[in-house]
Amino acid sequence: MAAAAQVQAPPLKEYPVIPILQKDAMAGSRPYVAPEKVNEALGFPGKLVEDWHDRAIAKMGELLGKYRSLRVFLDACVHCGACTDKCHYFLGTGDPKNMPVARQELVRKVYRRYFTLAGRLFPKLVGAEDLTEEVLEDWYRYFNQCSECRRCSVYCPYGIDTAEITMAAKEIMDSIGLGQKYTNEILGKVHKVGNNLGLPGPALENTLETLAEEVKEDTGMDVRFPLDEKGAEVLVVTPSADFFAEPHVYSLVGYAKVFHAAGISWTLSSHASEAGNFGLFIGSYEQMRAIAKRVREAALELGVKRIVVGECGHAWRVAYSFWNTLIGPFDFLDPRYPAPQHICELTWDLIRRGAIRFDKEKNDHRIVTFHDSCNVARGAGMGGIPGGQFIIPREIIRAACNHFYDMAPETIHEHTYCCGGGGGLLTDELLELRVKGALPRMEALKAVVDAHGVNFMATICAICKAQFSKVLPYYKFDMSMIGGVHQLVGDAIRLGESR
Amino acid sequence: MSLLFAALFYAAAAVFVAGLARKIVQYARTPAPLVIPTTPAPRTRSGVALRMLREVALFESLFRANKWIWLFGWTFHVALALVLLRHLRYFQEPLWEAVALAQPFGVYAGFAMLASLGGLWARRFVVERIRYISTISDHLMLALLVAIAASGLGMKYVAPTDVVAVKAFMLGLLRFEVEPLPSDPLLLVHLALVALLIAIFPASKLLHAPGVFFSPTRNQPDDARERRHVAAWAKE
Repeated sequence: MAAAAQVQAPPLKEYPVIPILQKDAMAGSRPYVAPEKVNEALGFPGKLVEDWHDRAIAKMGELLGKYRSLRVFLDACVHCGACTDKCHYFLGTGDPKNMPVARQELVRKVYRRYFTLAGRLFPKLVGAEDLTEEVLEDWYRYFNQCSECRRCSVYCPYGIDTAEITMAAKEIMDSIGLGQKYTNEILGKVHKVGNNLGLPGPALENTLETLAEEVKEDTGMDVRFPLDEKGAEVLVVTPSADFFAEPHVYSLVGYAKVFHAAGISWTLSSHASEAGNFGLFIGSYEQMRAIAKRVREAALELGVKRIVVGECGHAWRVAYSFWNTLIGPFDFLDPRYPAPQHICELTWDLIRRGAIRFDKEKNDHRIVTFHDSCNVARGAGMGGIPGGQFIIPREIIRAACNHFYDMAPETIHEHTYCCGGGGGLLTDELLELRVKGALPRMEALKAVVDAHGVNFMATICAICKAQFSKVLPYYKFDMSMIGGVHQLVGDAIRLGESR
Repeated sequence: MSLLFAALFYAAAAVFVAGLARKIVQYARTPAPLVIPTTPAPRTRSGVALRMLREVALFESLFRANKWIWLFGWTFHVALALVLLRHLRYFQEPLWEAVALAQPFGVYAGFAMLASLGGLWARRFVVERIRYISTISDHLMLALLVAIAASGLGMKYVAPTDVVAVKAFMLGLLRFEVEPLPSDPLLLVHLALVALLIAIFPASKLLHAPGVFFSPTRNQPDDARERRHVAAWAKE
């Protein structure tokens, strides 16, 4: 970790300031390339193929025919500049290629050269370029500096979503053997073992037993953590970090307590022990579908009536927006509940019906704020109401805590800033990028820390939790400030009289 | 000269129609395999229509992004619409009421157009981030629009041309007959540049106009849990 020690967090400013351009400031930021075996296990070429140029262009042509988003987004940009100050990585690094439009141009200039008349005839005039080794290298660097958070897309007058372009670029790079190690290794594990961490069934069982014992010690209650229980009402699919990482595991305890208090039978699955779906990050429809299929298989095998997804941002986007398309229809589930359902939707429903109650003062040592996670905020919904994904988690927090303060309005809801670690960038060799990318969120956090003494930032995303645990100390915050919404729920929920 | 300009306009119109039709068919035929609307996404089709209307008429997203770009960009587009409305008088006899009403506003709009183009262009020099992303063609496009607006206003205030003859020429084109066109240099420049703009429309960033209607992040309702959206290529 010698390299990590050298990473310096940018100073926190009183007001956000758009940085002066620093060309190539992040040109050195480059994740490890996936080893041959890792790529091949996913059906990608092991290493950069001989004819990478031709195959990349052919792949681009294929994707242009498959995705209207890519087709329209590559044509429609007018370089108006609305997005230039919207990316957290740009705000944190000042590298101009981290401005969304400039990141898109890395692909767009190649698109123009090979797929448009103007680019073929007058490349210099319209900013068209051949796909050279340097361009490919820029792709690898800068599309691994986009967390696919879609903040730029909120502000674009044409709705151009850089995430779609990043995904296309990653899909092209995977198809020529230039995969990213961290993401592709995780994809390999989930196919082989069923979760991103590679935790096999027995290890999972042990962990859950330990958790049950700990809760028993704490509360005197027999709160269950069932695994592979046929006939349970609810299948919970949650990010595998919830099984062992801190603070994630406290949220898992929170889910278990909610089910216990409400008297709903539930189970986890060893076959589908992962809500996360890194297929999204590399833009691969096939990968995403294959991973999602495990959930359908587990639900059918266990005979559950509902599927509930735990606290994980991109998993909720995939579940909410894509599952029905990828692995639906869910006609085998109870039609009275949305399929899939978010754990926050479930908890909020129980709160409203009075089925669970809280001793709020148990959270009185906490002054809480809420970080909207990008994929939940901009790529999904909750509760079937506009803005439900913003309202419901906050209402749960207010039900479980006495002290809650929102961060500045331009940094929450659909305007929220990425934690800096999403999109498959949560790896140590990208630490500098991750620290700097967290800057806008850290500035907003500091404002509520100073104004209200906030000491806890709740979120509903495993990546956010892991990322903030790592980067908070760089900004002189305590790493235990970050935690899950169901951590707060679990700490204050009434479990009934101990017997 | 009249013959040349008649040919120029027919050619430009043909390129415009064929090129744009090709792009629109291409956009429409390319599948959108996943539901990707950006928040705040309406949950119904009528909600989407309203969102699109706000986006196209008010530039809602741009307003949220950057007030200066919005001010210049929105002013330019509204001014352009008024100017186009005013120019319809060259293509119809008798005039629609709206076209008659728009006549004086169309002139003011010409100035507003020039001013807002100036603002947009200035940003490409003054704001470092926008200077970085500007290509030669971005500048040329602004130059083209400024030249069209300036030559138009020039004819109104400096060197008037015989607008009755121009109208006869345009009405003639609609009947596929070539009437004599006045040969004032300013008019010929104005018309040549307009023809150029029309011709490059389908091969340039002006495709943002049809593109916005096909943008999946804006034209999809947030109904993924209720409706499946399986693309033909993704069927198993």
